[in-house]
Amino acid sequence: MTAKQRNGVRAALDRAARSSKTDRYVLRLYVTGMTPRSVRAVANLQEICTEYLDGRYDLEVIDIYQQPDRAKGEQVIAAPTLIKKLPLPMRRIIGDMSDRGRVLLGLDLARDSDQTGGGRR
Amino acid sequence: MHMKTLPIDAHLPVPHLEHGHELPKTLTGIRGLDEITRGGLPKGRPTLVCGGPGSGKTLLALTFLVNGATRFDEPGVLMTFEENAEEMASDVASLGFNLPQLIDARQLAVDYVRVERSEIEETGEYDLEGLFVRLDYAIQSVRAKRVVLDTIESLFAGLKDDGILRAELRRLFRWLKDKGVTAVVTGERGEGLLTKQGLEEYVSDAVILLDHRVHDQVSTRRLRVVKYRGSHHGTNEYPFLISTEGISVLPVSSLALQHEAPLDRVSSGIARLDEMLSGKGYFRGSTILVSGTAGTGKTSLAAHFIDAACRRGERCLCFLFEESPQQLLRNMRSIGVDLQPWVASGVLQFHADRPSRYGLETHLATMHQVVAEFKPTVTVIDPVTNLMTVGTFIDVQAMLTRMIDHLKTENITAMLTSLAPGPTEIERTETTISSLMDTWIVLVNDGVNNHHRRGLYVLKSRGMAHSNQLREFALTDRGLDILDAVSGLQKGRDRHAGL
Repeated sequence: MTAKQRNGVRAALDRAARSSKTDRYVLRLYVTGMTPRSVRAVANLQEICTEYLDGRYDLEVIDIYQQPDRAKGEQVIAAPTLIKKLPLPMRRIIGDMSDRGRVLLGLDLARDSDQTGGGRR
Repeated sequence: MHMKTLPIDAHLPVPHLEHGHELPKTLTGIRGLDEITRGGLPKGRPTLVCGGPGSGKTLLALTFLVNGATRFDEPGVLMTFEENAEEMASDVASLGFNLPQLIDARQLAVDYVRVERSEIEETGEYDLEGLFVRLDYAIQSVRAKRVVLDTIESLFAGLKDDGILRAELRRLFRWLKDKGVTAVVTGERGEGLLTKQGLEEYVSDAVILLDHRVHDQVSTRRLRVVKYRGSHHGTNEYPFLISTEGISVLPVSSLALQHEAPLDRVSSGIARLDEMLSGKGYFRGSTILVSGTAGTGKTSLAAHFIDAACRRGERCLCFLFEESPQQLLRNMRSIGVDLQPWVASGVLQFHADRPSRYGLETHLATMHQVVAEFKPTVTVIDPVTNLMTVGTFIDVQAMLTRMIDHLKTENITAMLTSLAPGPTEIERTETTISSLMDTWIVLVNDGVNNHHRRGLYVLKSRGMAHSNQLREFALTDRGLDILDAVSGLQKGRDRHAGL
């Protein structure tokens, strides 16, 4: 990678980091009924959203037992699956969201290095 | 040289319909496979089909599904992890599978599962319930009885947590059983394992292994039933064919020992040869080998046989691997055998092909297909030896055994001509196939006294008291004319026979 390319990538990352502080988040959380794992995922995610995305996120929680066709449409295989539809790039965050550092990473709310130490501010 | 014999499944118990203890089975509709497995795959259970890239596992799985939908009133679900549905539909369209039409008719549901590891962040406990929900939804949408998962191992490339994946796969196969669907799960052949991820550990009811080898640029596909819980099955490797007609497996079949042995006879087309064959000619449904060096009159003998069959109104199919039909018709007219009218009336059909054009498996697949379409009662292969150049000794022997076995099963009388490379080789080279032959006629040339003379004798003919004499014959413009025995040629015969 040339220095020019490296700078280009850095600039793009900086832009992404800036926009992640202002862009509106469109999130879909796919769960399977009210299992303890589903409940945990919803609670963990709401906590993160309140803390990081207050007032600028749309979160829809979908029970794929009720709407199985949507699991196919959104390529969901794991449960729970959180899909960050916006801002781009689209990401899939699977699991009960208990690893907060990785959730923030998936949501572009933290860089890799922030993760050490739990990823909390 | 010792006779080579094939590993024929003679030790297998003959199939009994009253096998009460055998598990219920689901027909695949794949020719040969249902025979080897004695009725198909275990009903309501998963079967693992594994093999290397290009071994035909996806095709086998799809054929199982399409046959289910179109022939057995069993709708199916295809969950594919490999290609997208459109690519797959076009891939199999060449085999006459119209997936979009089946989907429209609600006989097939396809779900393409895409897992992109780079998009995924794993953040704690999860399961694969999404996959279960999708599969369940697809099954319900068409009331599926059959399910194909192709190739579920791809999940290992998309998800990091092997532990979860393995536990979930175990649960998935149990779930499939609970659903009562007959499933085919494909797996990529692994190093030292049947599948890369050891799926055979989870799918324990039946395991089928596909193999694709290339020897001397000739490809051979093989199929083996590695495991079939609670059922008898053939354990050999069986040639597995992929042609425009789809796929088929050629079983040696223990049926070899159950062929009907008809007692009625068919004329050789030459009265004096019939006399040599205890006065009545060949047995119907038997296989006749005619061998000799170049120019000894093998094709002429075959032409008489064809002519006689057509005169009786029998349908006759002739595979040519050396001459074109036009050449053969012209040459045979010169000895007074005009086959053209039989071609014109449709009772005689030629099928000419260059042996080198395809691999052995394709030739045999084609021959099976043409036989199935034309439904002959008499078949001639001229010369079968040309076909033998396109494969290894063992492969050719195996393939011919299956071909001949098939003809016998169909009660088709078959004549194979064989070109021997030299006079001393005559009774040696054909050991490849001679054990499969009921009747063996040897043609010889004798050039003594500046006089080129032709002779023939019956080396063997099972089940009849045949002549042991060497008889001189002439090729006249009125056909092949057998003369009285000649002592000079008799000596020649003794030499050939190694006496």
